[in-house]
Amino acid sequence: MTDSVNHATAASVLQRLTVHLRPVYWTRLRKTAEVGIKSIHAHGLRSLLTVLGIVIGVAAVISMLAVSEGASFEAQQQFRALGSNNIIVKSVKPASLEASGGSNMRPQAISYGLTYEDILTIQQTIPGISNVIPSRIIKKDVRHLGRDISTDVVGTTVDYPISRNYSLRSGRFFSADEMLAQRNVAVISDEVASALFPMTDPLGESIRIDGNYYNIVGVMEPEAYSNLGRSQAGSSNAAPTRIFIPLSAARYRFGETLVRQATSGVEMETVELHEAIIQVEDQTQVEAVGQIIEQILERRHRRVDYAVEVPLALIRQAEESALRDQIVAGAIAGISLLVGGIGIMNIMLASVTERTREIGIRRALGARKKDIVQQFLIEAVILSGVGGLIGVVIGILIPVIISLFWGMTTIVTITAPLLAFSISALIGVVFGIYPSIRAANMDPVEALRHA
Amino acid sequence: MDSLAPGLQPGSTTARTVSRQTVASVHDVTKTYFMGELAVQVLHGISIDFYQGDYISIMGPSGCGKSTLMNILGCLDQPTSGSYFLGDKDTSQMNDNELSAIRGARLGFIFQSYNLIPQLTVLENIELPLFYQGHPEQHSRRIATELAARVGLGDRLHHRPFELSGGQQQRVAIARALSNDPLIILADEPTGNLDSKSGAEILKLFDELHQQGKTLIMVTHSDELAERSQRQIRLRDGRVESDDRLS
Repeated sequence: MTDSVNHATAASVLQRLTVHLRPVYWTRLRKTAEVGIKSIHAHGLRSLLTVLGIVIGVAAVISMLAVSEGASFEAQQQFRALGSNNIIVKSVKPASLEASGGSNMRPQAISYGLTYEDILTIQQTIPGISNVIPSRIIKKDVRHLGRDISTDVVGTTVDYPISRNYSLRSGRFFSADEMLAQRNVAVISDEVASALFPMTDPLGESIRIDGNYYNIVGVMEPEAYSNLGRSQAGSSNAAPTRIFIPLSAARYRFGETLVRQATSGVEMETVELHEAIIQVEDQTQVEAVGQIIEQILERRHRRVDYAVEVPLALIRQAEESALRDQIVAGAIAGISLLVGGIGIMNIMLASVTERTREIGIRRALGARKKDIVQQFLIEAVILSGVGGLIGVVIGILIPVIISLFWGMTTIVTITAPLLAFSISALIGVVFGIYPSIRAANMDPVEALRHA
Repeated sequence: MDSLAPGLQPGSTTARTVSRQTVASVHDVTKTYFMGELAVQVLHGISIDFYQGDYISIMGPSGCGKSTLMNILGCLDQPTSGSYFLGDKDTSQMNDNELSAIRGARLGFIFQSYNLIPQLTVLENIELPLFYQGHPEQHSRRIATELAARVGLGDRLHHRPFELSGGQQQRVAIARALSNDPLIILADEPTGNLDSKSGAEILKLFDELHQQGKTLIMVTHSDELAERSQRQIRLRDGRVESDDRLS
């Protein structure tokens, strides 16, 4: 007998296995699996410890992916709330001004930021811009009867709610006519409404800002992602509480120069516009338009006293970071499944040695090498498959627990458990092959003599 | 060897009346084991014809080559030279798969230590050769149930080996050896691990099988056992010392 006959090779084993997967062999496969389950069951604790590696690996991958998927989804939701067709241009107080203001103890008159001319230039030179919504954002104390709240007063145009997918809870936004007439009308955010009007309906009531009264015509929905302002935007619109008034009224009432009592003395700050939302017709053009805006502003400003934000780019970044998370999760999965696989191989080798005599008996009774290979391979796959299954269950439970106790968004996609499970089953095959072949290549005479 | 009988019907109850047909034959078989540089020749040219319905005991002192001969007869090992015909097939050139197939199809094994598979029930153990032959499940189950009843274990079908006495286990092994309706049944010290009462029961079963025309080859040390057989072959130093027909 030559070596080639005597030794079942991995290639021939796989080839034979594929031949084996015909329905004719189904009963045999089932019976072999039954025997496998019996012998796994016979060593319950040992089997459990063996598959622990696989269980942990699979559970870790699924829950990690769920957490990263959830975080990415949340981030994308936030950026989407900014509008994926939008480009947001903001005024930023340059760092150089900030520093000089601190060192000199005399009144400062500083001026920076976006101008009406900037916006006009952008609107006129770049094609494909459907709308521009400029805003002035000024921090003010707002009063109603005995209550007051410090909030951002946003002077803007009528299209603001549309541009941000920001809808009204009751009443209406101010109209173009009111805009033209510089009327003292205000739309307040839900947070302002609950602070100033805890009991009553704010519609029709008036609020006082500085010396003037504004008639409330509408209340906005609570902003779903109000923490956005804090994490993404500059200081100007950090507070989630907002009051919207016509831009014209804001210019008329507050002027463009803000006098502020700073620690270093009186500071006069002139800013024409704090923010402008530029809407682009075609979403595919958003990032290109963003770059052009950047170039225009670069040419028109001596200092970098502006910032251009493209939510779409941020969404893309969030997607990229999610991908990175997935790669990391994949690497950890790979390592833990490798460790799990080695555990399975270890136990299969022990099992083969323990059951040498059984192998001899089976061979004497007519089992071919491939029957023995099949038997041990099926056992390895059952082991890793059961481990994978337990891992999937735990891996789905962990994100649920995380969401429940820490309020984090977690998303278990269908692919993650499926992928993790199939990899674990594959691990069983890969790490089961060597022990199985070793079992099959035992000399039947020797095996029967084994104690 | 020239009188090989293809298409034999072993187990037919009329075997007694059938004239001497060869079911298996070894011809000039040698076996040499290599232990590193050292070559140890265990069998020095053995030739025996086994006939349909024979009840043979193979005897001889330790190291005479009994086990080696049994392994070759059982297609678990192959001769270094010479030929071994099992039915119409020469096994000396067979590859591992063919040997497995012929073991499963034409041979029945009974071991000294029963060699049942502990995880399996009585029925499943008896079915095992049929399982590897690819018989349909129901067919196997029917045969196994019949055989279990025949060896007196009809009420123990779903017991596991460890729940049975030694004698009962050996009877399961006999039923298993019969399940594939083999050309020859090879028994290696079948009563070696049994008390005399259980041993006697096993021997009674062997007598019955002989009556039914089965071909039995038994290796034994015991003269008492050998007395019950109908042909005694004695080996010494890897050669056939004597081959006597008793009845």
